[in-house]
Amino acid sequence: MSGKPKLHYFNGRGRMESIRWLLAAAGVEFEECFLETKDDLTKLQKDGSLLFQQVPMVEIDGMKMVQSRAISNYIAAKYNLYGKDLKERALIDMYVEAVIDLNELLMTHTFQPADKKEQHFATIVDKATNRYFPVYEKVLKDHGQDFLVGNRLSRADVQLLETLLMAEECKPDILVKFPLLQSFKARISNIPTIKKFLQPGSQRKPPLQEKDVPKLMKIFH
Amino acid sequence: MAGKPKLYYFDGRGKMESIRWLLAAAGVEFEEEFLETREQYEKLLQGGSLLFQQVPMVEIDGMKMVQTRAILSYIAAKYNLYGKDLMERALIDMYVGGTDDLMGFILIFPFLSAEDKEKQHAVIVQKATSRYFPAYEKVLKDHGQDFLVGNSFSWADVHLLEAILMVEEKKSDVLLGFPQLQAFKARISSIPTIKKFLEPGSQRKPVPDDKYVETVRRVLHMYHDMKAN
Repeated sequence: MSGKPKLHYFNGRGRMESIRWLLAAAGVEFEECFLETKDDLTKLQKDGSLLFQQVPMVEIDGMKMVQSRAISNYIAAKYNLYGKDLKERALIDMYVEAVIDLNELLMTHTFQPADKKEQHFATIVDKATNRYFPVYEKVLKDHGQDFLVGNRLSRADVQLLETLLMAEECKPDILVKFPLLQSFKARISNIPTIKKFLQPGSQRKPPLQEKDVPKLMKIFH
Repeated sequence: MAGKPKLYYFDGRGKMESIRWLLAAAGVEFEEEFLETREQYEKLLQGGSLLFQQVPMVEIDGMKMVQTRAILSYIAAKYNLYGKDLMERALIDMYVGGTDDLMGFILIFPFLSAEDKEKQHAVIVQKATSRYFPAYEKVLKDHGQDFLVGNSFSWADVHLLEAILMVEEKKSDVLLGFPQLQAFKARISSIPTIKKFLEPGSQRKPVPDDKYVETVRRVLHMYHDMKAN
């Protein structure tokens, strides 16, 4: 059935958020089915909808897709956000994989035990500002173009913007030394589909609060 | 320069092993430079060869590629091991995601404390036999074809064989109860390029040992124990 893609996940960012961003950037409307209890997850597992018993799962084009990378790859390719050839795809993949690594760090911050939180925060800031951001700043500086790859919007831009905003939630002045990333952020945020996604009332999810963690643990553990 | 791809990593499996497998399966000869000392690593860093300061790094087609997944996707696409269209690629990506997750449990194994190793061994076997192997067993059973996707050899088949062999190294009879996977294993292992890779003297790396762990710790200054998932 080709209807809107349908996302199965809990009502929060996690590993589904990048997929929401990509669909939104591509201007694709989507529906969401939120897991609220462990029973909701068990039901999906029992009816064979989850290839590896896990979410995210996205119903799209007759498939029940799992594995967030697979889903993102499919959406990016389908909606022409994956470069024009193998070489561009290679660059996009390199940039996106690193962003995923940084996202992992950002995502797991809320789950850190109290005695590890400060250290974890320091690691996030260190890696963001010494390993990842300098690379993207240099990419933009070297080619002077508006987008990371091939002089046009790709998933690399969308996913980098997502991560920049999450990093700023962690530390508001984290981009202070990165002028090109600051203008990148403004520029990509202004793209109509993305601008819409950034407005209140969109399907973008807020950061996970500590008070929500127990509920999440109940569903997944 | 179109020369052979050149792999920069430790002399051991780690994250580079899946890349070796895929190149070998595609019949592509490759060279390797092994990191033995911290100085070598720092030289690579200072030379700007490592985009995110990390290995694996593969010099291929004029690029210094990093990020394992990016490298694997590039090789798969270049050598026609990535399906014939978007839908097949979606299936391959899903299957590879699963085997990647499974091998991820094994990847960190050598770096765990002795106590965590015992727990992790059980986790690996449990995940393999209750989550991952049943999924691939069913895929093969449902379509009855020789290969996972599109009735033709792909990255998904190479990756699954690699994962099966790695889990068997932890528990040799782990494929009991998975007849399709047993037949799959025999079948894919006899593909000439793969058969060659499985023979002694190939560039396939052995099970990680203490020497490998020491080398990684020394080169990366990574002295803490990793945490089990």
